[in-house]
Amino acid sequence: MSFFIASSPHHHQRRTTQDLMRIVLLAMVPGVLAQFYFFGWGIAFQLTLAIATAILTETLCLIARERPIRQALQDYTAVVTAVLLAVSIPPLAPWWIIVVGTVFSIGVVKHLFGGVGHNVFNPAMAGYVLLLISFPVQMTSWMPAVNLAGAHPGFFDSLALFFTQYTSEGFSLNQVRLVEQSSMLDAVVMATPLDHLKTELARGFTLSEALNHPMFSGIAGMGWQWVNAAYLLGGLFLLQQRVITWHIPAGFLGALGFCAMLGAIIAPDTLPGINLHLFSGAAMLGAFFIATDPVSAATSNRGKLIYAALIGVLIYVIRTWGGYPDAVAFAVLLANLCVPVIDQYTRPRTYGHSTGGSSS
Amino acid sequence: MSLVTGIIALVILAVIFGLILGFAAVRFRVDSDPIVEQIDEILPQTQCGQCGYPGCRPYAQAIADGDDLNKCPPGGQATIQKLADLLGREAKPLDEAHGVEDIKKVAVIREDECIGCTKCIQACPVDAIIGATRQMHTVIADECTGCDLCVEPCPVDCIDMVAVTPKPDRWRWDLDAIPVQVIDATTSAKESQHG
Amino acid sequence: MADVIQLWQFPGGIHPPERKSLANQSPIRHLPVPQTLYIPLRQHIGLAGDLIVAVGERVRRGQALTEPGLQGAVPVHAPTSGIVKEITQHPSNHPSAIPEPTLVLESDGEHESITFARLEDPHQRSTQELLAHIQKAGIAGLGGAAFPTAQKLRQPQHVDVLIINGAECEPYIVSDDRLMREHAETIVQGIQLLQQIIGRPEAIIAIEDNKPEAIQAMSDAVAGYSHMRVQVIPTLYPSGGEKQLIQILTGKQVPATGYPADIGILMHNTGTAYAVARAVYHGEPLLERVVTLTGEALREPGTAWVLLGTPVAHVLEHAGLVPGPQQRIIMGGPMMGFTIADTRIPIIKSTNCILAPTAQELPAAATEMPCIRCGHCEQVCPASLLPQQLQWLAKAKDYDGLKEHHLADCIECGACAYVCPSEIPLVHYYRKAKAEIREQVIEQQKADIARQRFEARQARLEREKQERLEKHKKAAEAREKALAERAATATRPAVDAQDPVKAAVARAKARKAALQQADAQTVQQQAHADTASADQTPAQQSPQQARVAAAIARAKAKKAAATKQDDSES
Ligand code: SF4
Ligand code: SF4
Repeated sequence: MSFFIASSPHHHQRRTTQDLMRIVLLAMVPGVLAQFYFFGWGIAFQLTLAIATAILTETLCLIARERPIRQALQDYTAVVTAVLLAVSIPPLAPWWIIVVGTVFSIGVVKHLFGGVGHNVFNPAMAGYVLLLISFPVQMTSWMPAVNLAGAHPGFFDSLALFFTQYTSEGFSLNQVRLVEQSSMLDAVVMATPLDHLKTELARGFTLSEALNHPMFSGIAGMGWQWVNAAYLLGGLFLLQQRVITWHIPAGFLGALGFCAMLGAIIAPDTLPGINLHLFSGAAMLGAFFIATDPVSAATSNRGKLIYAALIGVLIYVIRTWGGYPDAVAFAVLLANLCVPVIDQYTRPRTYGHSTGGSSS
Repeated sequence: MSLVTGIIALVILAVIFGLILGFAAVRFRVDSDPIVEQIDEILPQTQCGQCGYPGCRPYAQAIADGDDLNKCPPGGQATIQKLADLLGREAKPLDEAHGVEDIKKVAVIREDECIGCTKCIQACPVDAIIGATRQMHTVIADECTGCDLCVEPCPVDCIDMVAVTPKPDRWRWDLDAIPVQVIDATTSAKESQHG
Repeated sequence: MADVIQLWQFPGGIHPPERKSLANQSPIRHLPVPQTLYIPLRQHIGLAGDLIVAVGERVRRGQALTEPGLQGAVPVHAPTSGIVKEITQHPSNHPSAIPEPTLVLESDGEHESITFARLEDPHQRSTQELLAHIQKAGIAGLGGAAFPTAQKLRQPQHVDVLIINGAECEPYIVSDDRLMREHAETIVQGIQLLQQIIGRPEAIIAIEDNKPEAIQAMSDAVAGYSHMRVQVIPTLYPSGGEKQLIQILTGKQVPATGYPADIGILMHNTGTAYAVARAVYHGEPLLERVVTLTGEALREPGTAWVLLGTPVAHVLEHAGLVPGPQQRIIMGGPMMGFTIADTRIPIIKSTNCILAPTAQELPAAATEMPCIRCGHCEQVCPASLLPQQLQWLAKAKDYDGLKEHHLADCIECGACAYVCPSEIPLVHYYRKAKAEIREQVIEQQKADIARQRFEARQARLEREKQERLEKHKKAAEAREKALAERAATATRPAVDAQDPVKAAVARAKARKAALQQADAQTVQQQAHADTASADQTPAQQSPQQARVAAAIARAKAKKAAATKQDDSES
């Protein structure tokens, strides 16, 4: 026999990328359950199809790039991307939407840039933006949140809607939505609270009038507040597991909250307050799961704070003045672009050096 | 009229900027090494003459005058790359006609066979061989550039080019290069008795 | 400690499993004297000393084998009595195991000592005397770096704080822990001597809080000494790193280009303090050291006094190694130690631990995956580097970029690689890159020297050519003159007789001219003989010629043989 040679350290924490991604997936469970509860079966179909597409695309890309397949698939990064995309799009969007989005996320945004660790943009968000721009109607057709899952189309109706856009009785998605909405006191064309708010404000209503809608029961809109709360819970779990550090969520929510507060003080009539901003749309999902994607985020702690704060401010700006009701995806992509600059200027001061990194 | 004014204005502007630029060129002049110096800096200074010139400096001069930069086998691809970067030329693969990249070597004289002819001393481009007529010669290993030039002139063929053995403090962390010791049967037998 | 003393924190750090109880439960034992000792002539940072014993000589325990010589090297001593068998190249105690000059000592089993010369009244002695004594005792830093202790103490800067490093932050290792528990008094004596040498600064003994017994023992021992205190520090790897410990205790950072002494701090290891006390009070040179024998592949883990030069195989045998598949033997701890392939490697002054883990205990590294830029490495780096960035640069062989990102400040603690979820062997990449950069620097220096020598030679050749021309010109002139004079002598012999001085001068000139001619002829001869030499006269004596002929014949024969072989091969 002979002795085995290796380089130090000989000890390893044994928490692999795979483990990290598993924890992330686990942390998403509460949010996904909440979405399922409020929006029905659609989310289940979206998730299944997204994961399947992601694995297939990843495999094909790896084959094309002649990389080891098993190893790369086992790191679950593709699955996480797929899940993030799936929970971001409307649950009953037609099946090909998620397929197109996932293929683009994995194939173009991730692999064309060089695979894991090399992508400049957050793949899920880039996929989302592609879909939003290409298929605006499908991408904004959210079902109104309902506290009782029973009020949604059932399993088979959802499945039929998902694949054919018609329920078994032959209603289209929009008809279903309208029926449901009318059964829900008022008929609004747009469905998410943020959408609704934007339209109403644009129509010249004041904030309090707009918020008068029963959709806004609770602190930030029925259903959505609970979905956000559930993601917050998952996010705290990630923090506790030390998968992410506090910097990005804190910077993100802090900046968004601060802007919201400022807005509410300056123009209380037209600008929604902090609760609405933090607990609606993809705020919590973004703060804990999307912006924290390590590959496309800044690296140093200071850099992370700046990066996240930038996202928070951008979200506020786009939500308030931009053309789209929610803005996490755009904000994240824009911030991704700034990462190299942020990294350049936030290099920590090395031990024993009097200045930061850039001077030697 | 306005045409003339325009032209005059432009001329005046051109003169002013010309002056500023001229002043800046004088005032903020960066003294850089002449290009030959910079090229010489990059060449490995083996002085072996494999490039076809009598030493690195003449080859540096030749490169500056437009000769190819892929004629230096001791420097290898790394040197070619650096030269290409410096001169903004294209990095070509090493010209095999001048030799191939080799591991680092030094000359060693088999001293009891040396007849003291001094021919190697005259061949050595860096004066790394000491000795005198009819006295044994020896190579100062630290100064030897491994250029190979002393091997040919030796009438009794007593100069060897041997690969430089690495010292621990110049080791490059090649874990694969460590000789694996196979433990002899007796030790392992003893150990397995314990076990 | 009554008053609360402020401590600082260094950035990053990790908490790997300590596993110290494996070896720190039993007192330090003694291993039997091995049959053969392999004593490397160089066991410290610097050059080897000059050998002062001969092969075949009998040496006794404590006898010096080398002396400092011109370099002021640290001597090595015979750890037991026996016969010097040979001086040879033996695998070194270095990750590369590259052989180094080693003295092989065959023990005669008597373990007979020389009489040790202790220093009387050390507190009355001058600094120089103490330093000379420490130097002679062969003491080099026992913490791991093996820097010559006397040389470190001799630094000219004023020292405000003497830090005694008993942190021992690396998992598994308990050598200092046991030493402090069992020899606290001696260590304190050593610290006092160190203080005396460097001008009695305050001494802080830093111990991690996971060693309560050692803390107790040291606190008891320092009671009653002013200017000396035990400082408990939180357990956090790598708090025992020199720079990190300084930061914890003083909040100061050693400048990147300087030494601790530049900020008035000197650090020594507890083991070094102990060795100094032994050397001064007992006259005992550094012959043995405490080595931790640990890991679950050993049946009898613990600590032991091991003679310097003992081969690892001997130690493993007495610790009861039960090798598993892919068994690793690690010199040092799991974070910074290196694996060895060859158990003939000797224990040297800087060896503090031999670790033989089982595969379950410290699993071998898994396959490297791509970096996901998670930034965990950056969170733990005690030097505030960007390990992830360094890794990209190292893979791209961008050495300028690496320098700009301060690769040189990496202490190779391994914290980054420990946490990296992609299991990238980060430190290995850094080491390779560092070695590569160092090589480049050395190569550049060598190239510069070669250039200078080439240019100097060029100048010399030019000068010689000029001189030769000059000489030839003069010779030609002299010849002409001589000819003219000869003609004159023939016509006017009387003048010559009248002026003997002139005649003598003319004769001398004529002789010189003749000589010059002969010289010129020689040159021609040489040219004929296909030699380019102008300055050298060829060998004329017949024995010399015979030798040349023989040598040429030899060379020819060899060439012929080679060709023949080539022929037969082809
Ligand atoms: S090994 Fe170097 S880069 Fe890694 S944590 Fe330690 S000091 Fe930092
Ligand atoms: S810990 Fe490993 S995977 Fe994470 S950023 Fe550092 S090198 Fe990359």
